[in-house]
Amino acid sequence: MTTANAAAKTMTQTWQPLCTRADLVPYSGVAAWVETPEGPAQVAVFYLPGHAQELYAIDHHDPFSSANVIARGIIGDLKGQPVVASPIYKQHFRLEDGQCLEDEAVTLRTWQVSFKGDEVWIEA
Amino acid sequence: MNTPAKPQLIIIGNGMVGHHLVEQLVERGATERYRITVFGEERHLAYDRVHLSEYFSGRDADSLALSTSDYYAEHGIELRLAEAVVAIDRNKGEVVTDQGRTPYDRLVLATGSTPFVPPIPGNEREGCLVYRTLEDLDAIRAAAETATTGVVVGGGLLGLEAAGALRGLNLDTAVVEFAPRLMPMQVDSEGGELLREKIEAMGVQVLTGRATQAIVDGEASRHRMVFQDDKVLETDLIVFSAGIRPRDELARDSGLTLGERGGVVIDDRCLTSDPAILAVGEVALWQGSIFGLVAPGYQMAKAAAATLLEGDEPFKGADMSTKLKLMGVDVGAIGDAHGDRTPGARQFRFLDPIKQQYRKLVVSSDGRRLVGAMLVGDNSVYDTLLQYYANRIELPEDPASLILPAGGDAAPALGPDALPDTAMICSCHNVTKGDVCATIDAGAVDLGAVKGSTRASTGCGGCAALLKTLVDHELESRGVEVDKSICEHFSHTRQELYDIVRVEGIKTFRELMEKHGNADTHGLGCDICKPAVASILASCFNEPITDAAHIPLQDTNDTFMANMQKNGTYSVVPRVPGGEITPDKLVVLGQVAQRYGLYTKVTGGQRIDLFGARLEDLPAIWGELIEAGFETGHAYGKSLRTVKSCVGSTWCRYGVQDSVGMAIRLEHRYKGLRAPHKIKFGVSGCTRECAEAQSKDIGVIATENGWNLYVCGNGGMRPRHAELFATDLDDEALYRTIDRFLMFYIRTADRLQRTSVWRENLEGGLDYLKEVILEDSLGIGEELERQMQTVVDTYECEWANAISDPEKLKRFRSFVNDARPDPDIITTTERGQFRPA
Repeated sequence: MTTANAAAKTMTQTWQPLCTRADLVPYSGVAAWVETPEGPAQVAVFYLPGHAQELYAIDHHDPFSSANVIARGIIGDLKGQPVVASPIYKQHFRLEDGQCLEDEAVTLRTWQVSFKGDEVWIEA
Repeated sequence: MNTPAKPQLIIIGNGMVGHHLVEQLVERGATERYRITVFGEERHLAYDRVHLSEYFSGRDADSLALSTSDYYAEHGIELRLAEAVVAIDRNKGEVVTDQGRTPYDRLVLATGSTPFVPPIPGNEREGCLVYRTLEDLDAIRAAAETATTGVVVGGGLLGLEAAGALRGLNLDTAVVEFAPRLMPMQVDSEGGELLREKIEAMGVQVLTGRATQAIVDGEASRHRMVFQDDKVLETDLIVFSAGIRPRDELARDSGLTLGERGGVVIDDRCLTSDPAILAVGEVALWQGSIFGLVAPGYQMAKAAAATLLEGDEPFKGADMSTKLKLMGVDVGAIGDAHGDRTPGARQFRFLDPIKQQYRKLVVSSDGRRLVGAMLVGDNSVYDTLLQYYANRIELPEDPASLILPAGGDAAPALGPDALPDTAMICSCHNVTKGDVCATIDAGAVDLGAVKGSTRASTGCGGCAALLKTLVDHELESRGVEVDKSICEHFSHTRQELYDIVRVEGIKTFRELMEKHGNADTHGLGCDICKPAVASILASCFNEPITDAAHIPLQDTNDTFMANMQKNGTYSVVPRVPGGEITPDKLVVLGQVAQRYGLYTKVTGGQRIDLFGARLEDLPAIWGELIEAGFETGHAYGKSLRTVKSCVGSTWCRYGVQDSVGMAIRLEHRYKGLRAPHKIKFGVSGCTRECAEAQSKDIGVIATENGWNLYVCGNGGMRPRHAELFATDLDDEALYRTIDRFLMFYIRTADRLQRTSVWRENLEGGLDYLKEVILEDSLGIGEELERQMQTVVDTYECEWANAISDPEKLKRFRSFVNDARPDPDIITTTERGQFRPA
């Protein structure tokens, strides 16, 4: 699964517009649909104005509760790494690479995102 | 195929010690070995006699109970209450009750003691009572209803406790003591004088050196007590509390060896002169002494349990040092407090007549060991002195420093380091420092775990502070950081953060992080500190939680002002103050639920919960609810939830006050108040307590004269009865007291700490809380009221605020780039309603 994703990424991913800066909530998250080579996916986009990396995109789907809620989690930093806490059972996921801090075996998908002017673009 | 019957063990008496013996036997697996039957004369299961006086200040028999009949049933122990044993037939090996005879193989006497009633003519008159059992207390309460004055005969420990109880029943109270001073066993004449002053200052008349000669008909009151000098005292009610006498009649009648002045003689293994029979507690006489305290009784129970299982854990006597709080006055006595049992002993004394404190040290002739101590008015050095005494720790060069006022040349309190492993920490459960350390070595990581496994500090609770210090110290010394920081972002406790926010007027998380956050983080905070700070900011300034600066701090439920359920949908709970709702509003709730496909359920807090609302539907749902006159119910917040009420005097034929009206006023006053955790209220219109107010953080129960206030109750996982805090308050005094109480809780509690746990961890306990709130001992009463008024004045319905602001509604979209609902939310139907599939 992971290798398939990685392969797909390198082969067919393209940058596409996702939403606008005004759609974002500073220091918090919103959810959006994105078209990926494997089909439509729900992505959580977090906006940290003033930080070295201002935008992160990560799976909106919470594997522990099977609900689509990650964008509604609380943002924080633990041991120097930006994380989001699942709003249901409170597991932490690193925004950088989607790694779950409580369970090594669980990783969320992540995407590259950046601003183009006031538009938010995602590589998916 | 009969298995041989197990031998029958009978325990006579189900008091504190009798019950402790049962627990010891259960713990040691004795139920495998014996069939156990317990006879109790009272109809109540064993209860906490140490805290008996609290029966008059709101605790009931259930909350004083030490166990449950389920516990006995679960372990196969037959419990026969309200069945007094009237004889022991040692020839046949049977005990006799009015129900019949029961054979025994082993027998334990745990019959305790009775109050000694001096042989005064007239002592059997109606209204002449004793103070020992719940039934005695019921009788005192009943007699007090038609009395205006009361006298306690006996100025010892139990006598003063009884006097406090009579005062509490609003009687003009006097104490009559035969000896020249109060508490002659524990204090000397100087200490006794100070004690008298303090007791008299509380409105209790103290008569010492008085021997009552007779009790006859009174002129103005029911009784007249005549003293040796023909002086008289008139009173309506007399309580005898002049010492105890062992209940040794059964032993006497069956020919067991007794002491000269009573008491069943036992050896170190608690065996009586008949090796089939043991005795424990206040009925037992060991080396010529009866032990009238609970701790030695528990130690005897341990020894007896071991003996019954062929073990050997001899009773070695017990330290009679005591620490008491009588009518609010500290009294402590350690070892040879009078210094008359130690040849060559020398004494240090310190008397502060202004603060009314008296401290005395008795030291060995070489000045190196503490052999006794006496304290009146302040027990703060008791724990330290007890350790010096019990563990024979060498005294500092200048022993006087131990009792001089702090600040001067006072010696610091003895740290846990100085204690040897054998140091007794909890004498009720016989737990030493070594036991505590062993528990920590075995993996206990906090105070709760240590208490759970050693039971230390779960008896009289006197060692609570010492135990906590010891546990913290031991954890620290093992490298377990007892870090009080709230999280890695702030090296402060919640209470410290609260003070910083308030004193510096900090209004945003970012400002707090910049000024007081730890520098080595990204400054984003985390899911621990952000909601905690959000709550503190709301308690202090009450700005809308959905404002841009605050919204990223909120817990999920606060962010969307609804309660997230397991499939990512929300439940919606509008406020229904006091549980009162008009038919029109009920109809609206039904219509909204139909329109948005919501599951409905009535909550425990007398409201209606609408489940299954999709994120994007929340603003429309609330638009309709607000239109119909509803406001947010804060079911999602760490804040006031509901004020549950019974229907009260407007409908109920028993109600004495309008409980619904009061509940509604309280709910409107405190709605929106954010706190360390959720807060629930209950208001009952009479003492039948249909609103279950005593299981709430704040319980209000109507009286003929106003309202009784109960605090710090809890239902849930660890139920706790609320404690009576103030009585017969009028409406205004009730609001004022609750204002102060809640603000003090908000100021000082840890994050996510309910009032019940906060109260249990509060040093000084209920007394301290009363001093701060009712007597304003910290001088912050008005400030607390002002802060509460600010919150009350700035209340605004968060949902009304949010739906009038398009910027805030932006968040209520499942997807920012697509209006379709989340296709993964799937429902099914059950019992005619939707539920998650």
